[in-house]
Amino acid sequence: MSPRESVVTIALLFPDLLGTYGDGGNATILAQRLRWRGQPAEVVTIRSGDAVPASADLYVVGGGEDLPQVLAARQLMNPPNLRRAVEGGATVFAVCAGLQILGTSFDFAGPEGPQGEGLGLVDVSTGRSMNPRAVGELLIDPDPGLVLPAMTGYENHSGATVLGPGVKPAGRVRLGVGNGGDDKVDGFWSGHLLGTYLHGPALARNPALADLLLSWVVGDLTPLDDTDSERLRTERFKAAARVSGGNGTARRWWHGRR
Amino acid sequence: MAATAGRGIAALSRRLGRGSGSVIGGRAILGLDPMALHHLSRGHDTALVSATNGKTTTTALLRAALATRGPVVTNLAGANLPPGLAAALAEGPEGAPAALEVDEAWLGRVVEATRPIIVILLNLSRDQLDRNNEVRKLSSSWRDIFDGRTGVTVVANADDPLVVWGAGAAPDVRWVGAGQPWTADAAGCPRCGSRIVWDAESLPDPATTGDNATPGAPGPTTADDPNVADVIDNPGWACSACDLHRPRLDVAITDGVLRTADGFRHSLQLALPGRANRSNAAMAMTAARIFGVEPGVALEAMASTDEVVGRYRTVRSGNVEARLLLAKNPAGWLEVLDVLRPAPMPVVVAINSRVADGRDPSWLWDVPFEALRGRMVVASGERCADLAVRLHYAEVDHKVVADPVAAIAAAGASEVDLVGNYTSFQTVRAALAS
Repeated sequence: MSPRESVVTIALLFPDLLGTYGDGGNATILAQRLRWRGQPAEVVTIRSGDAVPASADLYVVGGGEDLPQVLAARQLMNPPNLRRAVEGGATVFAVCAGLQILGTSFDFAGPEGPQGEGLGLVDVSTGRSMNPRAVGELLIDPDPGLVLPAMTGYENHSGATVLGPGVKPAGRVRLGVGNGGDDKVDGFWSGHLLGTYLHGPALARNPALADLLLSWVVGDLTPLDDTDSERLRTERFKAAARVSGGNGTARRWWHGRR
Repeated sequence: MAATAGRGIAALSRRLGRGSGSVIGGRAILGLDPMALHHLSRGHDTALVSATNGKTTTTALLRAALATRGPVVTNLAGANLPPGLAAALAEGPEGAPAALEVDEAWLGRVVEATRPIIVILLNLSRDQLDRNNEVRKLSSSWRDIFDGRTGVTVVANADDPLVVWGAGAAPDVRWVGAGQPWTADAAGCPRCGSRIVWDAESLPDPATTGDNATPGAPGPTTADDPNVADVIDNPGWACSACDLHRPRLDVAITDGVLRTADGFRHSLQLALPGRANRSNAAMAMTAARIFGVEPGVALEAMASTDEVVGRYRTVRSGNVEARLLLAKNPAGWLEVLDVLRPAPMPVVVAINSRVADGRDPSWLWDVPFEALRGRMVVASGERCADLAVRLHYAEVDHKVVADPVAAIAAAGASEVDLVGNYTSFQTVRAALAS
């Protein structure tokens, strides 16, 4: 790539509400991978109560708990700046609760009745049928259209996500739960929106995914030294193989809640 | 009878080299008498210490203060669930005061069983993400314990909104301005969910990671020596929507001087390093005073504590002197960054993710490791690869040596600080204990 003149702006949305599982690291990773290639980049941290910019190039939203998720969804709906940004071609990377918010509904039963209205940026809905929670290593074969190597992460959620007709998953689940349906897929991707249940954070374990998201913003990218990430990936794939055991099929790995 | 059997089993466990025996002995006691904690705590004036971080150190400091008056019952091995508590009480001298640390999720049951006269509540923050996924629930469960409960004085940290909500319904509370540099888990009001507003003049910035990293953790800073009224009236933090706010302080720390609302002043000079330990001492002093220990005597007694179950201890490994530090979560890391010796001294960081550590080490991304730039860091432990990626993006020079003892040698210096999380710390301590 040839660096563009203007700074690439990465908006980290509501880490105080949706930052329970280190997902803010995704924004740090995206910015560093641009800077290391000579492209100026900045992370704008949007906390609860701050105005959401409509002009960022890339939006990152993470996972969190039920009530904070509702508060975040409300602030993203009005004013609809994230929708405007997406209509203008911005890239959005959403994890877990963030993924659910981008969809049409996430079925949160609050004290005043159902409150889980999503942004409707993609035809995806989430119910809350999973008990106990899905907690553990998650290993995915990405959708062929993404042209990515296998993706690794850690999931921790109770949402069961259903993709609407024609919405592609981020990948097929080899180990773990992901969206939780019989189709055994995780997340979604649609245009420049990508959602997944991978924490870890996801881009620490999957630098090729980070570069795919960046390429949607700035075009082709030169390679970087990813020695540390490659070591982590190798180790996590080995750990996943130990979890799935000798039967050769990915098994569900549940943890009870304490 | 149950206590006698438990003591016998614990002694057997020790003779077989299977650990201190406190947990297995305690399990035996509780197996024979499910009400044993209730029975064993009778006759002891008991103080319980609970929190995410600082339980063990604060318990050790309180024990030191109480020991100026005679024997003390305590569970310093860190066995802070009912079996460990039962074993400590069974072993301790009858009638002695008890200083016991308690797991934050078990506090209600232990309060019911032991009827403490004092409960110290230090802080709450994210820890073991795979198991405790809502800190706010813990805060509310604490509130249920103390709502309307008489006969107990709660000594609580006024600077942590989650603690204030948890302790605030108790009829008798002593509020200590003990600080809480880590604010990310209290961004939303524990009562109503609205944004908490922090007073930038009196409290450190909320912790952030990445670009907006706030390395280290400065304590409250004030240019002059303010009078006590200023310190005590400083609002510190408040909810932007409801009326939850920092309570009026009974005890404050300013510029290393501890002050109480009734006029006591004493310089806080401890052998233990760091902001967090000055706060722990203030909390322990406040509790010791309720036991009748004169505050100056309590602080003098605490000042000489220089090691707590291996924490802060310097051990020798080959030709290297390694000081051992414990940090289990982002809030703990903020406090440890405050006590590391200056660069370029290398740091060995050992991270595991066993059940006791939490299976998910993604919290490493909530730690401002950017603060370690300018020195060599050796990434170690069973999750050294996760840590190495974090250090890579923080642009910290690092190498990767999975075995922590080998990592100490690989640091290439005669002195290092080693920071471990829970089980990696135990591994190092066991390997290097002389």
